[in-house]
Amino acid sequence: MLILSRKENESIIIDDNIEVKILGIENGRVRLGIEAPKNIEILRKELYTEVEDENKAAVNKTMSLDDFKGIFKRRKK
Amino acid sequence: MKIETTMFGEIETTEEQIINFIDGIPGFNDEKEFILVLNEDEENPLNWLQSTKTPELSFVIVDPFEIYDDYDFKLPEAAIDKLDIKDEKDVVVWTIVVVPKDITKMTTNLIGPIIVNIDNMKGKQIILEDNRYSTKHYLIDQKSLDDEKGGK
Repeated sequence: MLILSRKENESIIIDDNIEVKILGIENGRVRLGIEAPKNIEILRKELYTEVEDENKAAVNKTMSLDDFKGIFKRRKK
Repeated sequence: MKIETTMFGEIETTEEQIINFIDGIPGFNDEKEFILVLNEDEENPLNWLQSTKTPELSFVIVDPFEIYDDYDFKLPEAAIDKLDIKDEKDVVVWTIVVVPKDITKMTTNLIGPIIVNIDNMKGKQIILEDNRYSTKHYLIDQKSLDDEKGGK
């Protein structure tokens, strides 16, 4: 991991076309401004982790279709 | 070609039916190829996504628009670019379902829909920055279940 130190309003450039700027630092919170090409995905990591966990929980361990018999009739009343 | 699966036995399929997830899906980054296994029971909206290389790996999926009338999202540019989407008509959307022991409590992940471009069979699970949605939405209206219990 690369570790570097930046002050407010300073930036880093990644791979020529991604800029990450420190917009502000307040109460233990850092605000970042990110400029990147449209095809670059930027996500909060906790959201990605949540989807990862949900996918792991979704691995299909069951089950015959019969288990679902009748259950979806309830959906439309 | 034939695919071994734990759930469905041996499945006969063709190369064209394989959906290519270039980055895998979150949590399963090495799983790059899946096929869709459709269920023929019209009453049941659940279908499956089956890994071609791992027989025991499959997910229950659902067409979210069939369940939630007001589900909508804007396809992120990064996804359009990555899946090389030329025409919105080629886009198919599925969401992954978690089935707990009490199946009436099954949920689907509306914040992480799976997008498939059926023109080139590229697929990707995208993650939406949309605070209307989460990873868990009940498929079966829990209120109507309560009403049913109360009525008996």
